[in-house]
Amino acid sequence: MSEFSGNGPIPDSPISDSPIYGLMAEFDSAQELVSAAHKAHEAGYQKIDAYSPFPIEGLAEAIGFHKNRVPLVVLIGGLVGGISAYALQYWIAAITYPVNIGGRPFHSWPSFMIVTFEMTILFAGLSAAIGMLALNGLPMPYHPVFNVPEFAKASENKFFLIVFSNDPKYDAARTRSFLNSLAPRMIAEVPS
Amino acid sequence: MATNTQIPVADRRVPVIAPGYTFSTIGEKISNIVLSRPVSLGWIFGFLIVFSMMNLLMMALGYLFIKGTGIWGINIPIGWGFAIVNFVWWIGIGHAGTLISAILCLLRQTWRNSINRFAEAMTLFAVACAGIFPLAHTGRPWLAYWLFPYPNTMNYWPNFRSPLVWDVFAVSTYFTISLVFWFVGLIPDFASLRDRAESTLVQRIYGLLAMGWRGSARHWHRYETAYLLLAGLATPLVLSVHTVVSFDFAVGIVPGWHTTIFPPYFVAGAIYSGFAMVLCLAIPIRAIYGLQDFITMRHLENAAKVMLATGLIVAYGYGMEAFMGWYSGSQFDSFLLWNRFHGPYRLSYMALLACNILIPQVLWLKRFRVSTGWLWLISFVVLVGMWLERFIIVVVSLSRDFLTSSWGMYYPTKWDWMTFAGTIGMFLTAMWLFVRILPMISIFELRTLLPESQVHEAEEVKQ
Repeated sequence: MSEFSGNGPIPDSPISDSPIYGLMAEFDSAQELVSAAHKAHEAGYQKIDAYSPFPIEGLAEAIGFHKNRVPLVVLIGGLVGGISAYALQYWIAAITYPVNIGGRPFHSWPSFMIVTFEMTILFAGLSAAIGMLALNGLPMPYHPVFNVPEFAKASENKFFLIVFSNDPKYDAARTRSFLNSLAPRMIAEVPS
Repeated sequence: MATNTQIPVADRRVPVIAPGYTFSTIGEKISNIVLSRPVSLGWIFGFLIVFSMMNLLMMALGYLFIKGTGIWGINIPIGWGFAIVNFVWWIGIGHAGTLISAILCLLRQTWRNSINRFAEAMTLFAVACAGIFPLAHTGRPWLAYWLFPYPNTMNYWPNFRSPLVWDVFAVSTYFTISLVFWFVGLIPDFASLRDRAESTLVQRIYGLLAMGWRGSARHWHRYETAYLLLAGLATPLVLSVHTVVSFDFAVGIVPGWHTTIFPPYFVAGAIYSGFAMVLCLAIPIRAIYGLQDFITMRHLENAAKVMLATGLIVAYGYGMEAFMGWYSGSQFDSFLLWNRFHGPYRLSYMALLACNILIPQVLWLKRFRVSTGWLWLISFVVLVGMWLERFIIVVVSLSRDFLTSSWGMYYPTKWDWMTFAGTIGMFLTAMWLFVRILPMISIFELRTLLPESQVHEAEEVKQ
């Protein structure tokens, strides 16, 4: 039944024997976070993440994130929208419901360009938004990082680095002392 | 620490954000308007006025649905009347929001960061107002879904060679993409509000909207890509929307409509009126909510310059219309020109020239660009002028076409005026609620304007 305890905080001691999700370090500036992320990545940690109140240039690269598939999703969305819009218009105007309008050919492609264009934009735009959310795993109402009270400042003025406990190099004591060497404001254990 | 970042000495302009702000004071200042500022009597009083105006729309539409479009002043030959005038006017106003949020984003104009949120909101509300008119103008709005291609028992399909069908697709795509763009921009700010909210209910509501946003570097990376792509998609979209609207006219053979200059001239006019609306809203809002530090004189001046530039393109459009009236040698086109200056609607045309071309020229002088009072007045004049432009295009051309036997006059009825005033009420009601419910300035984008948000590789070595 322990999986169903996500509705609220567990009343007993915060760091009891519940499994650890990771170790989190808090920093004061974007600059410190980026250099800390670089150092953690260089030290061989792979399963790490960084949190900031606004996008920071180079931070994703610093934690070793390069595979961004949003552009591909948008391209596919746009192609699907454009091709299906044109195909639908062709099928309607030339095959299933041919009407002579001003003597124009049934397959009057210049007139079909507008709707094709609009549907390309519509599908690509919706793919960009939905694709971004889906790849980010959102909506996600519960996430362990929110268990750290200081994390509320992650949307304001504080910067966080986390090493996940499933990292092959993760070791409660050694990872803590490594994070300590980065001179953070504080280190917290994140219960899962 | 990156506090020793210096602003280049050469940049002597007013900064886009007043000095002395930190990441947390920016968030505090913007989110407090939503979270903790008490509701003032002025707000309630204003809301009652605009909400009453919106109810005029409800009454006008209710009566319209009972009686049909006969209650309007439209007739044959002027079948379009106020419905299309107001539709084109409203949709044009929306264009500034997308220009600010998408085109200026692609051009890396960082000053846009403090006005894009409410300009986008303005776009949405304006397009919603615009959509009412063609819908009501169909006469049987409950059958408007016939415009979409869907399998039906009548075995009927829409005609994709018609600009009116293009319009349906252009406007509905525009509304959807504007909404998506706006919502995506709001997600990180919803998270900020969620984390700052005191009451559980407010926290839950914003938490639901934030969808669990936690500011992960991976998320931000995908987010920025998606945002940039949305901006790239919205840019051709915004140019296409008013182009398609102008096709409604240009594809017809009515004198004054059948010209190739219409698409660019319509788009420029749309941005012109849109920026006028941005200024009309921004000037009072920044004064009431004390946001002069974020919406600085530089923003207002830049908006004034965009207005001046697009106003000149519009003036060029008028010039070309007049030139083609003479140069085409077509008696109908030259009569149209004569009729604009001497016909029954000459006063409207004179007012249009004064509002759109003559008066805004004072914006060449810095004195007028930096005075909020003058700027507000000029923007209002431009809004009136752009409405008159659509009136002239729709009504003058239709009232005097090829055969004298089919000439007519157009007199709007009280229902026409009520519907128009009602959409203004609906627009303002939505704006009234927006400033108190959502952060009207993008918090996270404003934070990226602070020098501390920039990471410098050189300093990293030093640490």
